[in-house]
Amino acid sequence: MSETIWLIPLIPFLSSVALMLFGSRLKITHIGVLGVASVGISALLTLVLAVEFMQNQQVIQASLWTWMEVAGFAPGISFYFDGLTLVMMSVITGVGFLIHLFSTEFMEKDPSYARYFAYLNMFVAAMLILVMADNLLLLYLGWEGVGVCSYLLVGFWYQHNANGHAARKAFIVTRIGDTAMALGLLLLFTELGTLDIQAMVGAANQTWQIGDSIPLVACLLIVCGAVGKSAQLPLHTWLPDAMAGPTPVSALIHAATMVTAGVYLIARTHGLFLLAPTAMTVVAVIGIATSLMAAFTALMQTDIKRILAYSTISQIGYMFLALGVGAWSAGIFHLMTHAFFKALLFLGSGAIIHCLHHEHNIFKMGGLRTRMPMTFWSFMIGSAALAALPMTSGFFSKDQILLQAYQLPDLGPGLWMAGLLGALLTAIYSFRLVFVVFFGQANTEPDKDTGWRMAVPLSVLCFLAMIGGYFMIPVAEVFPASDGSHPAHWVEYVSISVPLVGLLIAYLVFFNRRLNIDGLANSTVGKSLGNFWLSGWGIDWLYDHLFVRPYYGLANLLKSEPVDGIYGLIVALNQTFNHWLSAAQTGRMRWYLASMVAGLIILITLAANLSTGVLQ
Amino acid sequence: MDGLNIPLNHILLVSSLLFAIGMLGLMIRRNIIFILMSLEVMLNAAALAFVAAGAHWGQPDGQVVFMLILTVAAAEVAVGLGLVLQVQKRFKTLDMDHANRMQG
Amino acid sequence: MLEIVFFYIAATVALIATVMAMTRANAIHALIYLIVSLLAVAVIFFLIGAPFAAALEIVIYAGAIMVLFVFVIMMLNLGEKGDKQERQWLKPGIWAGPAVLSVILLVELLVVISDVNGPVSVSVVSAKEVGLSLFGPYVLAVEISAMLLLAGLVGSFHLGRRYLERDHIEKGSSQ
Repeated sequence: MSETIWLIPLIPFLSSVALMLFGSRLKITHIGVLGVASVGISALLTLVLAVEFMQNQQVIQASLWTWMEVAGFAPGISFYFDGLTLVMMSVITGVGFLIHLFSTEFMEKDPSYARYFAYLNMFVAAMLILVMADNLLLLYLGWEGVGVCSYLLVGFWYQHNANGHAARKAFIVTRIGDTAMALGLLLLFTELGTLDIQAMVGAANQTWQIGDSIPLVACLLIVCGAVGKSAQLPLHTWLPDAMAGPTPVSALIHAATMVTAGVYLIARTHGLFLLAPTAMTVVAVIGIATSLMAAFTALMQTDIKRILAYSTISQIGYMFLALGVGAWSAGIFHLMTHAFFKALLFLGSGAIIHCLHHEHNIFKMGGLRTRMPMTFWSFMIGSAALAALPMTSGFFSKDQILLQAYQLPDLGPGLWMAGLLGALLTAIYSFRLVFVVFFGQANTEPDKDTGWRMAVPLSVLCFLAMIGGYFMIPVAEVFPASDGSHPAHWVEYVSISVPLVGLLIAYLVFFNRRLNIDGLANSTVGKSLGNFWLSGWGIDWLYDHLFVRPYYGLANLLKSEPVDGIYGLIVALNQTFNHWLSAAQTGRMRWYLASMVAGLIILITLAANLSTGVLQ
Repeated sequence: MDGLNIPLNHILLVSSLLFAIGMLGLMIRRNIIFILMSLEVMLNAAALAFVAAGAHWGQPDGQVVFMLILTVAAAEVAVGLGLVLQVQKRFKTLDMDHANRMQG
Repeated sequence: MLEIVFFYIAATVALIATVMAMTRANAIHALIYLIVSLLAVAVIFFLIGAPFAAALEIVIYAGAIMVLFVFVIMMLNLGEKGDKQERQWLKPGIWAGPAVLSVILLVELLVVISDVNGPVSVSVVSAKEVGLSLFGPYVLAVEISAMLLLAGLVGSFHLGRRYLERDHIEKGSSQ
């Protein structure tokens, strides 16, 4: 198996190429089979690989060929496989397969069925390359590949202008981070002479001391890349807009896999980050700040997908917090459980949207509990896991993060408290969603129920979201072991109880209506605060005024080509002179004579001035 | 010759006046024959200045240049009058304003 | 003393005759005035000690060149209609611009020559001296003049011949 590891990304890639070339000639069923089966085979191969890995714990390095060789720089098309890679691959192929299956029903009526699966398969291939890459350059290839696929899928329904706008926004905002990341890679290469991840980390540990400035700069640049891709502050604005794409795409790319690439990147290069404690603190602070900001915003949203998008931002914030406090395996664990329950939630919302005539507003839904029971239970389990209610998958991972954050000296308790606040908010907004959508008055009647191709992925994901917390992810060999100490028991109890409190609040406010917050919401302060949160803390507005509009203004200015204007002026001047001079060519001899005499007068004046100075 | 002599700048004054008159004629006349005549006057004025200067220094060079001017005048008139005949033939008039095909 | 008086008389005659020549409507009248002007200039030449130049002025300028003019004018046969046309063209409006230009130029010339002092030389520069320097230092100029005259000869022959030929052909075709 270890020799054929390259088949795993290759199969979706070939399927994608086939769909691009022949997609228009294939039947819809064939397209679906090809698109799903390719990822399914990859998932099976990953499963085989996982079983093998569990038995022998063997790290695999497979070098296919040398990509290029320039002056000692020889990145290879080579793969590196260890426990971390396995976790990522399992998530990508496993969740990816389920989402592909879901898509066959969700996209059934779409005329661009083949195009959709071509993009989706290409995404899976690129994402696999990203996580399997042995060196940072190949990783960057995958990184950009998923960026392109994300762009294509967000703007999948490109007939609507807003979707194209959202796609461009997603692409450009992540590009800002990617540029910084490319700089980071260049810096690492010039300093260490290699981009091979394992060799690079080894060389870094020999070259630098903890706290040196160069690893700090390199790490911060890499963090910039991760922040862009993972939609953290301050580059998170693209993700809510990216919900313009089809819902399964949001589930796969903008919840489960691509947006966690930043987490993976930092985890993969943790050897560097251990050399730069400041960078880790930055990561932790970014994570917790994003988490809180997004949670507050999610409280106010009315679009079901936007709620989930902000929730994703918030949860990735937790992952960043975990990475920042050195809880590497907890971060990756949360990545995995989040992939399960967030994919579940997105697919559930996809099912609702699919059956409710593309309705996105949660206040126009309601009472769906009895009419879509399958989806209801999916949502219940997903929300429970998201809110980290005890015994769900999210509980185990989030609890680990919070406890390890508490143990961090100095900042620890502060981060823990902020994390708890976030957890409280998470519970409130997730159950607000559930109560508003599935209970109460029915506002819109579903016109169909989910078919088996939607039901199967939902049930599998339900299962995973429930028991995902009992998985032991095989990353002990990858990350440095934690000291194993535990905080006081009351810390743990508080961490467990907070989500329950959140659930209670949500119940009282949105279901039982015992707790009336209308007065609070309608007061001046409440209203302005609510609007502030609804707009995502005004960050979009800020960027719009700070960057987008000045840029458009500049572009408008440059559209008239002011530099060309200088040359145009010369041309215009010449033409004017030409006009004058040709007007002087009257063809009348007396006119010529008069002008000659005028010239003569000037010449004599000059000559007299120069030779005698009489006229001076 | 006696001691009282003609002042050079008076001769030059006459020469300048002749030149200016010739030029004025050149610019105001439309008839090509008068234009040629005006040219003769101007050439003559220049010749006068040369001869006067030569006489001032007691050198023959002034008269040499006078002869050269004479040559130029003769050649110019020969060609110019040939042109007059052609203009009369082509345009049926001697008005130079009719010969304005070089208008730009 | 007498020479100076003669000079001023000749100068006055030359100026008046030139002005008259420039303002006549009739070409023949203008030409006669021009000849008078040239003769007056010849007198000035004689007075300032250049008798050879004076002789050439009379023989070539007033004689040969002016006779050419007379011939051409006679060939064109302008008549009364031409005179009327000329008077029409000589309206005061046409004068203004050229007059200003001419006056400016004249003023400039006067300013330039204003610091010229001293009389012209008393001694006569004889034809012999002129001949010596013509075929001495100026021999190249003489050669160039010869070329110029040749060119003028060929040019006027060419122009005039075509004129005559066409005239001839037109007459032949009308017969």
